[in-house]
Amino acid sequence: MSEPVLSIRNLTVEIPTRHGIVNPVRNVSYDLHPGEIRGVVGESGAGKSMTGNAVIGLLDPPAHITQGEIWLKGERVDALDFEAKRRMRGREISMIFQDPLTSLNPLFTVGEQLVETIQLHLGVSASEAKKRALALLDRVSIPNPEERFNQYPHQFSGGMRQRVVIALALCSEPSVIIADEPTTALDVSVQAQVLDLIKELARERQVGVILVTHDMGVIADTTDTVTVMYAGEVVENGTTDQVLGAPTHPYTRSLISAVPRPTVKLDRFPLIEYGKREGGFKIEALAQSWPRTKTSDSGRLLEVKGVTKRFLERGSLIPSWRSYFTAVDEVSFDIHDGEVFGLVGESGSGKSTVARMIATLYPMDGGDIVFDGVPLSTMGAEGLAAYRRQIQMIFQDPFSSLNPRMKVGDIVAEPLHHHRLLPRGEVDQRVRQLLDWVGLAKDAWRKYPHEFSGGQRQRISIARALATQPRFLICDEPTSALDVSIQAQILNILKDLQEHLGLTMLFISHDLPVVRQVCDRVGVMRRGQLVEVQDTETLFTAPEHGYTRELLSLMPKLEQLDTAV
Amino acid sequence: MLAFIIRRVGQSLLVLMIVGLVAFSMFRFVGDPIDNMLGQERTIEDVERLRGQLGLDQPFVVQYYRFLEGAVQGNFGVSYRQGRPVADIIFERAPATLELAAVSGILAVLFGIGLGVFTAIRRDGIAANVIMATSLIGVSLPTFLIGILLIYLFSVELGWLPSFGRGETVRLGGWWTTGFLTESGLRALILPSITLGLYQMTLIMRLVRSEMLEVLRQDYIRFARARGIRERVVNFRHALKNTMVPVVTVIGLQLGSIIAFAIITETVFQWPGVGLLFINAIQFVDIPVMAAYLMLISVMFVGINLLVDILYVFIDPRLRIDSSGGK
Repeated sequence: MSEPVLSIRNLTVEIPTRHGIVNPVRNVSYDLHPGEIRGVVGESGAGKSMTGNAVIGLLDPPAHITQGEIWLKGERVDALDFEAKRRMRGREISMIFQDPLTSLNPLFTVGEQLVETIQLHLGVSASEAKKRALALLDRVSIPNPEERFNQYPHQFSGGMRQRVVIALALCSEPSVIIADEPTTALDVSVQAQVLDLIKELARERQVGVILVTHDMGVIADTTDTVTVMYAGEVVENGTTDQVLGAPTHPYTRSLISAVPRPTVKLDRFPLIEYGKREGGFKIEALAQSWPRTKTSDSGRLLEVKGVTKRFLERGSLIPSWRSYFTAVDEVSFDIHDGEVFGLVGESGSGKSTVARMIATLYPMDGGDIVFDGVPLSTMGAEGLAAYRRQIQMIFQDPFSSLNPRMKVGDIVAEPLHHHRLLPRGEVDQRVRQLLDWVGLAKDAWRKYPHEFSGGQRQRISIARALATQPRFLICDEPTSALDVSIQAQILNILKDLQEHLGLTMLFISHDLPVVRQVCDRVGVMRRGQLVEVQDTETLFTAPEHGYTRELLSLMPKLEQLDTAV
Repeated sequence: MLAFIIRRVGQSLLVLMIVGLVAFSMFRFVGDPIDNMLGQERTIEDVERLRGQLGLDQPFVVQYYRFLEGAVQGNFGVSYRQGRPVADIIFERAPATLELAAVSGILAVLFGIGLGVFTAIRRDGIAANVIMATSLIGVSLPTFLIGILLIYLFSVELGWLPSFGRGETVRLGGWWTTGFLTESGLRALILPSITLGLYQMTLIMRLVRSEMLEVLRQDYIRFARARGIRERVVNFRHALKNTMVPVVTVIGLQLGSIIAFAIITETVFQWPGVGLLFINAIQFVDIPVMAAYLMLISVMFVGINLLVDILYVFIDPRLRIDSSGGK
């Protein structure tokens, strides 16, 4: 094999904190060859991104490298001074960040940002830089580069922006690109395109790519070699086939077994047993205190009947000058008592809008929703309040769905106070019980949300949702922001809620393997319309609609993983 | 874009009409000016004659209409106290206030933004911390106290700078007098403009600093650094422009208040501007002057706000709603 373009030797990063020194990266070594795509996988906090930041010289102070060496094209770069590192950044090593919506400066046109970077590194004239920029936009398959050149980032969709980010990373013809979760924020269909683009470019330009991700599917589909990290250390290193097909380390094995499979339906998610794990979910205790309500004879708890939602696109005093965007177009489906109904589709397909209308967060512009035999339109204020009590939501982002200035105990108590469900004196006791049941520590109620990890926060969200003893849960992408291992825990909790409490759920996700594991029936949405509703197994084995087939074909293939377990 | 401006102008006019009503109703509700003007020794005939002359015997609506009609033409009637047209008095005084406000506004913006950026970039440096601590004084000390302290230090103790007045002025054109062209005029500007601008400067500085710290945490700044863009360019091109939207709002409002609330500084330094005129007008219930001042200030605030709104659109492309291209 050729000489490695980048070589990390025994790298250790140190962060001094009030509670002593922390080492988020310990003794990490790996090589990267030209044209190679190396996946770095592990949970959040495993030191994946921190290693990348150390390589490019962008560690946030007070974090710093205490040990080890980084060699780039035969030159040692970890000890360079600030200015030399800056020259290396972009010129030799580029970076692609996770969220394309925030990684472009909103106040400059895409062209300005490209030209600035090209001129800085290649020292060419403005017109030559523009020519190169247009060629790059064309290379990353952005249609009409001439026109797009003068547009601002907000005029691009998520996938297109990530292409612009890739173009920016390629500006200076670097030899190494660090891609930090480049597709986590994108839809499945767009994710596949962006990954293909990265693969192509790596081959074509002989660029070494470090692909940091927590998604095993991405690793299996895209990378040549894999480094598995756990708690700051490398636990396994090797070619992708080798690591995924015959993992040697117990952590790798349990990580692989926790990945939801698109092909088979399992009863429960295998948990990652390696290392320290969080407290268990006490479903039996919860089930004992849970009230059982019988649904009306039809067996349908929720009927969505031709609901429509339009958003004003351009306002005007004159009604006929107004234009609307139809986000949800006469969507109808039923959800049976005790089932988990999945709703899948790309972002912008109207999934979340449907959920919000069910939760009465958005008023409907047409149609009606029938809950337990009673239409919403006939409920009246009191009926609606009772309805809202029985419907609770769990949101995608556990970081923004909990008020950062409220104590966890108050967050969970809020619905109890709001609906006046318990006498004041008993609220505290119930809150502590709920937090205990979802597996949080005894003193959790007096802490603030930022003191918890993503998975723990999602448990807090669940405790809050359960506080009113609802019959129907709306889960809007409840695990998209979580690691595989945490995702498995949360999904198991949701499964327990369905089985032991008889909760009915609407489960919204763009992650098809997860949907297959969790849902009983699935609806597929596209551009505001429901194109297909099927039993989950039928949908995955014999999809009827063309769009469903297209979605299914884009799922990452995980055959390699299955030989291992 | 044009529709947006037309709508904003329409709203501004509505605001001015309402302020006009408030200004006008002062005539009705703040005592009887005739009593003040004629004093104790007066006859019923004198009172009636003056009432007729000033139009105070007309019905409310007619008086309001005549007030508005006059106001649009810059005619605010005759000062009760000085017996001269209000417009003349204000025009005579306006240059002094406008020059003072302009100098302190420029000082506040330049030093406010400059120091704000500096303290944000060198967040943990000694100089930045000293500046931040000192800026607390600017925010917390009342204007008149700062003025008096400056006079004590630089005029009384050190004797470097004059303690009151505008110094020598030069007449430009019909009515504009300027202190910019003589040495004594420039020297006289220094202390009052620092006094007037200090609060605004510290406010802008603290705002720029906190906005800047927020922006520097954003992904696109990390990404710009990862592309190897120079620190100076990252800070002053990529970051500073992004901090400008909230900062421009505050600067706009603060510039308005620099002119409107120059009163205290003008009083401390005996600066012959409109603020001093207004204080005297209040003391003597000189309602035409008060009303004209109110209208003038509201025109200025409304005008500045309109400008700020239009500036937003130039700074932030996301607000250019009608622009072509995708979403």
